[in-house]
Amino acid sequence: MDVVYAIPIIGVLFQFIGYVIEVTPGIAPIVVGLAAPIALGSLCGIMNERSGIVNIGIEGMMLSGAFAGFLAAGLFHQAFGGEGWGPLGITPALLVGLLAAVATAMVLSALHAWLSITVAADQIISGVIINVAALGLTGYLNRLLISPNPRLGAGTFSSFRLPQEISDFPVVGWVLEMFVEQGPIAMSVILLVVLLQILLFRSRWGLRTRAVGEHPRAADTVGINVIRLRYRNVIVGGIFAGLAGAYLTLEGTGSFQNNMTAGRGFIALAAVIFGRWTPIGAWGAALLFAFSGAFGQAVRIRPPGDAYPDLGTIMSAIPSQVYGALPYIVTIVILAGVVGRSLAPAAVGRPYQKEGKTA
Amino acid sequence: MAENPVSRSRPTLIRRIGQLVIVPAAAVVGGFVVGGVIILISSLANGGLDFGLPFSAYGSLFQGAFGSLRGILFTIVSAAPLVLGGMAVGLGFKAGLFNIGAQGQFLMGALGAAAIGAYVAGAPGIVAIPAAIGAGALFGAAWGFIPGALKAWTGAHEVVTTIMLNFIAGALIGYLITGPLEAPGFSFSRTGPLGNAELPILFGTSIHLGVFIAFLLIPVVWWILWRSTLGFEIRTVGANPDAARYAGMHPAAITILTMSLCGLLAGLAGAGQILGISHFMNASYGSSIGFDSISVALLGRAHPVGIMLAALLFGALRAGSGLMQIQAGIPVEIIDVIQAMVLLFLAADVMLRRLLRVRGPSIEPDELATVSKTYGSGTI
Repeated sequence: MDVVYAIPIIGVLFQFIGYVIEVTPGIAPIVVGLAAPIALGSLCGIMNERSGIVNIGIEGMMLSGAFAGFLAAGLFHQAFGGEGWGPLGITPALLVGLLAAVATAMVLSALHAWLSITVAADQIISGVIINVAALGLTGYLNRLLISPNPRLGAGTFSSFRLPQEISDFPVVGWVLEMFVEQGPIAMSVILLVVLLQILLFRSRWGLRTRAVGEHPRAADTVGINVIRLRYRNVIVGGIFAGLAGAYLTLEGTGSFQNNMTAGRGFIALAAVIFGRWTPIGAWGAALLFAFSGAFGQAVRIRPPGDAYPDLGTIMSAIPSQVYGALPYIVTIVILAGVVGRSLAPAAVGRPYQKEGKTA
Repeated sequence: MAENPVSRSRPTLIRRIGQLVIVPAAAVVGGFVVGGVIILISSLANGGLDFGLPFSAYGSLFQGAFGSLRGILFTIVSAAPLVLGGMAVGLGFKAGLFNIGAQGQFLMGALGAAAIGAYVAGAPGIVAIPAAIGAGALFGAAWGFIPGALKAWTGAHEVVTTIMLNFIAGALIGYLITGPLEAPGFSFSRTGPLGNAELPILFGTSIHLGVFIAFLLIPVVWWILWRSTLGFEIRTVGANPDAARYAGMHPAAITILTMSLCGLLAGLAGAGQILGISHFMNASYGSSIGFDSISVALLGRAHPVGIMLAALLFGALRAGSGLMQIQAGIPVEIIDVIQAMVLLFLAADVMLRRLLRVRGPSIEPDELATVSKTYGSGTI
C-alpha cells in the first residue's frame, strides 16, 4: 500500500479511500443511528410531496415531537415509575413518550393539512409557521416545565445486542450488526422504508397518491377524492416526523435542548430530493448525510495516523468546524449537483380546487 | 364592520388603507389573545389559574416598550435591524424567492463589520465607518449571492440551501473568531476593539447612525421596487418567470442579483448591530433577527412601509419582553409564540376576511405562489 500512497497527488486520494475504508466499520452503527431521524423526516416529506403538498415544517414537527415525547415520558416516569420489561429497555414511560411524540406531530400535520388544503394558504408559509411556533412553544415550555425540574427524564431505549457468534461472522455479521445493533426506533426505520416503498409503488393507495401528486384534476375525474387523500397522507406523514422527534430525545440523547433538531428536518427535505421522491433513495441519501456527520466525529477521535502520512497532514490542517459543518456542506453540494436532473411530483405546492369552484 | 353601500361604491383612500390594515391588525390582536391564553394556562404551574397574569404580563411588556422615552428609543433601535432584515426577505418575495437565509446573511454581515472594523480601528472615522459598514454589506451580499447562483444555475431551491448556509455561517464564525480573527488580550475569544469604526450615537442614548441608515433605506427600496427598471424586472420575474423570459428579461440574472441585494440588506442589519450596539463579536454570537425578519416581511406584506410598521411592532415586543420576564416571570420565548400565532392568523386570512366581512386584497404577496411552484422543479 505504501507504494500506492506515495504517488504524488493521486496518492492522497488513495490514502483518503484507505482511511475511509479503515474507519467505516467503526462508525457504521453510528451512521445508521444518525441517519434514523433524517430518514424518518424524509419519509414524512415523501408522504406529503407525493400527494402534492410541500412540507417545510418537518423540522418543527420533529422538534415538537421530541419535546412532547420527552415531557410525557418524564412526567409518566415521575408519577408511576415503572421498570423495563422485555428487550431494548422498553418501559411504559418511554412508550407513553413515543405516543405523545407521534400524536403531537400528527396534530401539527393536521394544521398543515388544513392550511394548505382547505384554506389554500401558501404551503411554504404554513411550514414556516409550524417551525416558528414549534421553536417558540418548546423554548417557552422548556424554560417553564423542564428547566426547574432537572431530574426529569425517563432514560432511553437501549440498543439490541447481537450474540457474539453472529456478529463475528465475516461480512454478513458486520452488516447485520450495523443495522440491528440499534434501538427500536432506528431499527424500525429500515422496515418502514421498505414498507412505504412497496406501498407507494405496488398498492392501490400508492397509485392513487402518485396520481394526486402528479395530476390532481385527472385523479379527480376518475373518482379519487383528492382532498381526502391529501388530508390523510399529510396527517399520516406526521407519524414519521413524530418518530424522528422521539428518536432524538427517547433513543438518542435522553434529554431535551432548545432547537435540538439543528436543521435535520431540512436535511431530510434535501434527502427527499436526492432520493428522487422514493423511500429507499431518500434513506440512502440520509445514510450519506449521516456518514458525513459521523466522519467528522471519526476524524476527531481517530485521526489518520502514520499509515497515511500526507492525508494526516492535510486533515489536521483543516479546522474542526469544517467537519462540524460537513453535513450542511454535503447537502448543498449534492442538492446543487442533482436537482436539475430530478423532477418533483408535478402538482407539488399547488392547492387543488375543484373546477367551477373559486375561493 | 358594517357594510356601507355608499362608501363601497366610492372607495376612498382611507377605506383602501383600512382594507389593507384590518386583516394584519386582526391577526396581531389574535396573536396576542392566543399568547394571553397560553400565559393563563402556564399560570397553572404556580398553583391555580391566575386571570390577572396575562394582563400584568402585557402591561409590563407595554411599559417596557413605550412607558418611557428610554423604552421608546429602545423600541426604535430594536426595530432598525428588523426593518433591514424584513426588507431582505420582502425583496426576495417580490422576485418569487423565499430568503430564509437572512439569518446567515445577517451573521456574515456582522462578521464582516466586526473584522474590517477592528482592522481599520485606527483610521479616522470618516474612513473607518464606511469601510466597516461596506464590509458588512459586502459579506452579506456574498452570502446571498451563493443561494441565488445555486438556484439560477443548478435549480437547488433556496429554501433548503439558505438554511444550510445559515448553519455554515455559524460554523465559519466559530472558526474565524477562535482562530485568525481572535484579538489578543481578552479572557475569551472575540474580535478586536472597533476604535473609530464604532457608529456615533446621534440622538438620545442609543439611536446610532445605523438606525438612521435603516429607516432611510425604506424609501430607497420602495423606489427601486416601484420606480426603477430593475424593480419592474424583479416584480415581473416574481409574478411569472416564463412571461419575464418571453419579454426579454433574464430571470436567472435577476434571481442572482435579487438574492445578492437581499443579502446586502441583511448584512447591513448585522453591521449595524455590531458597529452600533455590541461593538465586538464573540465566537457564539447569536441572534434571532434573521428569523424574525421572515415574520416581519410576511406581516408587512413585503411592502417597505408595511415592513416598517411590522418591524416597529416586533421591535416593541423585543424591547418590552425583558421587563415582562422580570416583572411577571414570563419567559421571553412567548414573543416567538405570539409571532407564530400572528403568522397563523395571517395565513388563514381567507377565514379572517370572511369573519370580518372584508373584501380587500389577500394579505399574502401574490409572488409567493411562485416560491411554492418553483419548489423542486429545476432551473428557472
